[in-house]
Amino acid sequence: MQEQVKQSLQGFERITYFKSFGRLYVLLNDHSYAPVMDRLKDLFGIVTLSPAVSTGHNLEEIRAAALTLMQTLPEQPSTFKVSAKRAWKEFPHNSQELNHLVGSHVLRAMPSLRVDVRKPGVELRVDVQEEAVYVYHEVIEAAGGFPYGSNGKAMLLLSGGIDSPVAGWMALRKGLELEAVHFHSYPFTSDKAKEKVIELAKRLSYFSGEPLKLHLVPFTEFQTTLAQNGNDNLIITIMRRAMLRITERLAGRNGAGGIVTGESLGQVASQTLASMNVIGRAAELPLIKPLIMMDKQEIIRVAERIGTFETSILPYEDCCTLFLPKSPSTNPNLRIVEMLESQLINYEELLQAAVEGTEELMLTPDSQTAVQSAGEDSWF
Amino acid sequence: MLYFDHCASTPPYDEVIQTMTEVMRAHYANPSSLHRAGTSAGHLIERSRAVLAEQFRTKKGSWLFTGGGTESNNLAVKGIAKQYAGRGKHLITTRIEHASVYETFGQLEEEGFRVTYLPVSDTGHVRAEQVLEAVTDETVLVSVMHVNNEIGTVQPIAEIGRMLKKRSRAFFHVDAVQSIGKLPVSVEEWGIDLLSGSAHKLRGPKGVGFLYIRDGITLYPLFTGGSQEEGFRAGTQNVPGIVASAKALRMASESMEARGRKLGALKRMLLTEIAEIPELKLNGGEPSAPHIVHFSYPGMKPEVIVHMLEEQGILASTKSACSSKDQKPSRVLLAMGASREHAAGGVRISLGDEHTERDIARLAEALRIAVRQLKPLERGLT
Repeated sequence: MQEQVKQSLQGFERITYFKSFGRLYVLLNDHSYAPVMDRLKDLFGIVTLSPAVSTGHNLEEIRAAALTLMQTLPEQPSTFKVSAKRAWKEFPHNSQELNHLVGSHVLRAMPSLRVDVRKPGVELRVDVQEEAVYVYHEVIEAAGGFPYGSNGKAMLLLSGGIDSPVAGWMALRKGLELEAVHFHSYPFTSDKAKEKVIELAKRLSYFSGEPLKLHLVPFTEFQTTLAQNGNDNLIITIMRRAMLRITERLAGRNGAGGIVTGESLGQVASQTLASMNVIGRAAELPLIKPLIMMDKQEIIRVAERIGTFETSILPYEDCCTLFLPKSPSTNPNLRIVEMLESQLINYEELLQAAVEGTEELMLTPDSQTAVQSAGEDSWF
Repeated sequence: MLYFDHCASTPPYDEVIQTMTEVMRAHYANPSSLHRAGTSAGHLIERSRAVLAEQFRTKKGSWLFTGGGTESNNLAVKGIAKQYAGRGKHLITTRIEHASVYETFGQLEEEGFRVTYLPVSDTGHVRAEQVLEAVTDETVLVSVMHVNNEIGTVQPIAEIGRMLKKRSRAFFHVDAVQSIGKLPVSVEEWGIDLLSGSAHKLRGPKGVGFLYIRDGITLYPLFTGGSQEEGFRAGTQNVPGIVASAKALRMASESMEARGRKLGALKRMLLTEIAEIPELKLNGGEPSAPHIVHFSYPGMKPEVIVHMLEEQGILASTKSACSSKDQKPSRVLLAMGASREHAAGGVRISLGDEHTERDIARLAEALRIAVRQLKPLERGLT
């Protein structure tokens, strides 16, 4: 966890860290607080965040810090209480005494304030640790979840639509390390569709706090072969089974133990229960579908919150909507699908060629886009 | 030759000329073409747009490229008036706008819009309260320039923007052609919905204008045709000009503070010199831009002064370049309450990065000589 915090705060050179009893102290030194806080509140594995002032083991210093903190609140409360905690037992005053000693000092300087132990407007916390005393009042809820990678690694099918980035974010929150897989069918899909997926993967790497590997799978050969074979209503089923098989092979090469998809029950023909049954059988790895029971509106709200929505709605066609039949099957028959696959010439070779032709990109939030790297830097 | 006409146009930075040449040679493809040469040209435009967004710190809107400041002003004013005529047909502007705004409102009046032209004080300033008093339920657009192109006065844009947002749904357009690169412009903080700029006023190439449009605003386009620039400005984009303009804007913004200080000091020096010539009357007042000095020689045709300065190797302007060919007194000076005689005699000196204290001293000397020679002819020439 500490490593990830460090990684995501890389740009802040003068920050130092200190770890003790399930807490991580981030010492800002002279960095300003807001940008650090903005970054940390999106980092998974952190339950709460509190901006705090640290002082020495000296009552006067503690009192002064407490008073300054109370006097500089953006909105003055009418009531408060002090909650002191003496974790370091060598400090001469116990918690009860400290509550009183600090509280009375604040009250003397701010006579309009009253103490309310049950529902205080501000709860001023004084935490006496061995290395320092921390004075704070805010406890901000952070992103929660588990630290990145603490629950193993999975492959994320990233299409470029609204759903899959949200599924990826939810998987990251659960502590899954992710590699993203995108299928493209150039020249049927454009470079812009690819750029869009790169943009989404960059955003996900912001949340993971680590570089994210994006696999770009060339899918043109497979799709055009399939499209020439008739059986229009089963094209989507067969295509999605092939995607799972290719992803599974990529998972094997990269040590991933599951596949995350953005499917949501009943949303499209391939996401009916019957379709998911037939499609899912193509893979042996567990299929993780974080959005399965979510409504579209809920998914959109998350997408907006995590900043992927605007990119997702850019109008570039991805390979999932190519060669879309008029009436795709919502209830495919497994035996027929398996039979059709066995009749496809070169089925295995096409899958393997897609795996072999896969390009890998390592992306971070700062990775340059085609626009950012356009032309010569000296022109701008 | 000393060039003191930077409000009319500026010498491009060497880097701008180099960018322009290199891009012109390498990226001739049409930026809307689907092939990769077209796509790369398109990417150059998008990167240029990103430079503008970065320099102006805008997040809630987009930047369009047009064919110049006049077009940006026309597109903003007509585009809003025509698009939102259903909400109301009342428009507000000031009496001292640049012709590309002022005449545009005149044209809209002919088409049935009602326009309030706000008067200005004798120093050439409009007050934010005046704008608010003029706002009605029918008002769809308020357009106020940031720096006046003739006399250099700075209008209270931040105040107008903030007050307007609280009181009205009207859109707020700012003509910032003369202020960009000279003064800070906080587009979004000031509540600006549309902002016009021009590259050749900040040492970029001619033929490129900028227009900021806040998200959610639609403009009725001036041109019909392709869907370039979000459909608001049809026509193949000027790729080399746009990239070079982004370069010029970056260079101007990044050096703005230092240049502003230097220009301000030169301007104060020049103001002191002119104040000591009793025949010349300084126009305008504070707050004003650091690069414009404007004075009148009441009773003397300004062209005569400009020509006499030119004989001494100094280039200056009468009124603004866009309206300097007509002989009428300045609309801006008249709006400030100047007499016709005073308003007809205006000369504008606009400073640039290359100027030094020695240049200002030379200019002052040239002015003294011109006045001395013209003095006996004062009556005869009017």
